[in-house]
Amino acid sequence: MFKRIGAPLLAAAMAASFAFAATAAEKLKIGFVYCCPVGDLGWSYEHDQGRKAIEEALGDKVETTYVEGVADGPDAERVIRQLAQGGNDLIFTTSFGFMNPTVKVAKRFPDTMFEHATGFKQAENLATYSARFYEGRHVIGLIAGEMTESNIVGYIASFPIPEVVRGINAAYLAAKSVNPDIQFKVVWVNTWFDPGKEADAAKALIDQGADILMQHTDSPAAMKIAEQNGIYAFGQASDMTRFGPNAQLTAIIDDWAPYYIERVKAALDGAWEAKDTWGGIGSGMVAFAPYNDAMPGDVKALADKARAEIAAGERHPFTGPIRRQDGSVWLAEGETASDADLLGMNFYVEGLEGSLPK
Amino acid sequence: MELAVDILVGMMLAATPLLFAALGELVAERAGVLNLGVEGMMVVGAVTGFIVTAESGSHFAGIALAAFAGTLMGLLFGLMTQILLANQVATGLALTIFGLGLSALMGQGYSGLSVPPLEAIRLPVLSELPVLGPLLFHHEPMFYLSILLTALVAWFLYATRAGMILRAVGENHHAAHAIGFPVVRVRLAAVAFGGAMAGLGGAYLSVARTPLWSEDMTAGRGWIALAIVVFASWRPGRALLGAYLFGGVTIVQLHVQGAGVDIASQYLSMLPYLATIVVLVLISGGRGAAVLRAPGSLGRTFYASS
Repeated sequence: MFKRIGAPLLAAAMAASFAFAATAAEKLKIGFVYCCPVGDLGWSYEHDQGRKAIEEALGDKVETTYVEGVADGPDAERVIRQLAQGGNDLIFTTSFGFMNPTVKVAKRFPDTMFEHATGFKQAENLATYSARFYEGRHVIGLIAGEMTESNIVGYIASFPIPEVVRGINAAYLAAKSVNPDIQFKVVWVNTWFDPGKEADAAKALIDQGADILMQHTDSPAAMKIAEQNGIYAFGQASDMTRFGPNAQLTAIIDDWAPYYIERVKAALDGAWEAKDTWGGIGSGMVAFAPYNDAMPGDVKALADKARAEIAAGERHPFTGPIRRQDGSVWLAEGETASDADLLGMNFYVEGLEGSLPK
Repeated sequence: MELAVDILVGMMLAATPLLFAALGELVAERAGVLNLGVEGMMVVGAVTGFIVTAESGSHFAGIALAAFAGTLMGLLFGLMTQILLANQVATGLALTIFGLGLSALMGQGYSGLSVPPLEAIRLPVLSELPVLGPLLFHHEPMFYLSILLTALVAWFLYATRAGMILRAVGENHHAAHAIGFPVVRVRLAAVAFGGAMAGLGGAYLSVARTPLWSEDMTAGRGWIALAIVVFASWRPGRALLGAYLFGGVTIVQLHVQGAGVDIASQYLSMLPYLATIVVLVLISGGRGAAVLRAPGSLGRTFYASS
């Protein structure tokens, strides 16, 4: 049904496979571009679960292809163009770093539909989509605030982009709301995926007193270290239970399947249009792994209540009064943050220590 | 105090893969062979170690076959440079690129899997000591292996006849050849050993430190190992020091961030590389040059004309 193609062999393999596939019946051909190996059990893995869900739901009406481990920049542009030239009707590019390459290729192929995950640039034939992970971070922040005994949460951060900063702020505010003594220690590793470094960072944070780890990097290395040291952690992007059966309190799961199926159906019906989608807990894009049995009933209830209220639109993780780290007022009492504010967030909220790398 | 011990232990863990790879390259360079393919041999070792451990359930088998895979990579390099007389620098770079590609291919279907970590050996009584216990007597076996091998390499190079022949071949291959030493065979053995050690370094990452496989998981550690050999001026004891220094900088920068010290993390991430450059500059100029003492025939192709 699909072809698995390694990026290094891409050009040759694509030319051959698409020349061959061109004779097949009129299926909607869908291409996916992943930043990481699908075996990362994190970000790319979940996008690939979404791709598989499309095949399962729509069977022989579609044909999907993916290319994994694609680097940002010129490599990405080449891969996306290859997919477009290869006759794919709908192409999903699933990393923030693919934004400009996708825009470039979309211009050259006006009859192809493009969808870029986590970006902000759109065009006639280029839609964008992302998930409100900060809603999930709010929930795990509450759990961390309740479950910590040392009152120190260790946070492994990748790059200082709004997405990551938003997650730190959301988790911290939630933890602070249930535990005024909470302290976050943030370590920037400047990579999305380097298991060795993520493990070193996790160990360093534990040595500094953290008894719960959060991560915004893709490998399960931190979960492994948490398990080995007998502390708690949260899975990132997908359920990481098997890396930390005792350690994982829950995980924020990126569930792209419903969105992907909806968009492919729209494309099949000719109803596809370029728009921006930012779904959260309410639309099911942000889901959770089962809670750890170690969590007391009242903590589970607290988390469930937050999930229900966020899904119903009754609670917003960024509700004032909130001050910036420098003490200036960001949101007044009762005010909630606008999407534009969230998308451009480049400051720590009051109470977080350390400074944000520029 | 406890934090200081934790930081030191972290440095030891970060240093161990560097030490394996650096020791192997040190021996190869002492025999006069410059192999820039350390990163490639390491990553092949990492994937082999992980696959074998995952399939057989035996860490020992994984680590042993990782060393074997590294040996094969080393011998491939030896075949190219010693028998076919290819340029060592170009061949070494090619070996790294080849290793990265090969490991990605071998590891398809294994990324995202996990094996149990290598268990630490807790030495009775000694591991209960307050500071020295956690520092020295409570590590997994590969840590002790790396220290043992450092001592063995030092002993071999300076106290055995074979070690003396290896150094002679590295210092002046024509003279060594003239008095009847088998230059090519010695060098093949040296690069094979270098490959085995790089394989062990890779396996340490995929089997002991973070028991999982992901593409490019060596993340440049092979290049740091090459720098350590120069830093160590080709001496095993100093290679140990260098590995701990380079590993240490990485760990300290993470702790500095965790402690909330206000320095941009990018600068801190840069430190190991900056340290490499500084050391290279220091030891290559003026009085330092005498200390540097690179093997005389390092990197030069040997062709027996008679």
